[in-house]
Amino acid sequence: MRVNFTVNGRSEAVDDVWEGESLLYVLRERVGLPGSKNACEQGECGSCTVYLDGTPVCSCLVAAGQVEGREVRTVEGLADGERLDPVQEAFVEAGAVQCGFCTPGLIVQAHDLIQRNEHPSDVEIREALAGNLCRCTGYEKILDAVRLAATRKAALK
Amino acid sequence: MDFLRPTTWEEALAAKADQPEAVPIQGGTDVMVEINFDVRRPVALLDLNQVRELHDVELVDGVQRVGAGVPYVRVIEELGGALPGLAQASRTVGSPQIRNRASVGGNLGAASPAGDSHPPLLAGDAVIEVESRDRGVRLIPAADFYLGVKRSALEPDELIRAFRMKPAEGPQYFSKVGTRNAMVIAVCSFAVALHPSERRVGTGIGSAAPTPRRALEAEAFMAAELDWDARLDPAVLKRFGELCAQAASPIDDVRGTADYRRHALAVMARRTLTWAWNDYRKARAA
Repeated sequence: MRVNFTVNGRSEAVDDVWEGESLLYVLRERVGLPGSKNACEQGECGSCTVYLDGTPVCSCLVAAGQVEGREVRTVEGLADGERLDPVQEAFVEAGAVQCGFCTPGLIVQAHDLIQRNEHPSDVEIREALAGNLCRCTGYEKILDAVRLAATRKAALK
Repeated sequence: MDFLRPTTWEEALAAKADQPEAVPIQGGTDVMVEINFDVRRPVALLDLNQVRELHDVELVDGVQRVGAGVPYVRVIEELGGALPGLAQASRTVGSPQIRNRASVGGNLGAASPAGDSHPPLLAGDAVIEVESRDRGVRLIPAADFYLGVKRSALEPDELIRAFRMKPAEGPQYFSKVGTRNAMVIAVCSFAVALHPSERRVGTGIGSAAPTPRRALEAEAFMAAELDWDARLDPAVLKRFGELCAQAASPIDDVRGTADYRRHALAVMARRTLTWAWNDYRKARAA
């Protein structure tokens, strides 16, 4: 089947999509956006987190046909051209990236948190990131990055 | 595989009537896992995302009617006051990303004994509203809805439209055992709801029997023994825990042993009832 949707502001018409296919597969294998990562395929790890109509979801659990006519924003769509989003910058600066596999999902999820909550407490950060698994960092640097990103974003206002 | 995309409830019912083997998909948090892992190859997926009626939350004649597609994040944000037990259970579902997509309707459709919404639906006397094109609406009490492991009273040509539940008239609590606070399928779970005007205590047990179920003997015991004007009698509380544990028929599996589940249920039953009772006494004193 054909699926028409918008991804990172660009209209896409994707052909030959299998009806049982996930949005994640379409993004990675058919649209050339490999930023969202494929790890668990069951919503446990959060590595495939993208915005669907402005709401963070696990793209591995969205059937491709469900995004017909809808808007998707992936980690590739957060930067403004060459200029990284403050969340991305903060992850780099805080050393929150090790192997990098969980990073895109964490960045989208953290981006959403800071958008909804300018000054998240540590508990709120942990709660927001509870569905994103990282096996390298032990999470401390990730928490640092989110705190840093929140402070910076608030300062920009 | 067919991919059906109805845009109205009527279209959805027609599609299900014409193709009863089509598998409804809302948030996809159960259905897509099965497809991704090749556990299931449905002949058709029936996408309900565009059926707006399924996202309605309304109060009809004093009863909360919640569309089957309302995601947990909205149950938490909008129904914490009216349906506190269910809202608490909703907070323990998966992760934020999962709660943005998953719904009570999906939990009912999957009918897993471990589904987090079932115990509070049972304790709060929820009624499940299902509908087919040819036979119209059926209202099924939650207690009659679960028939077996992942089996429900839903007929092949029916879809779940909503659940109905009276706004809480007393305190409600939910408790769940798992290895961490997020992303956990219940080892076992328990919900309690006080119904002061009927002098009744509602219960719901999760993940400790082939289906979610009420602890009927425990409820009958409380109806007979609980003094609604006094402090909670420790002997009554202890017996309540024992009867709740006895109502379960758990198994040994990777998540826990049957013995552990029985033990944990007794603890959760005593704890949640104590919390609820303290709230009830405080509200009456105020």
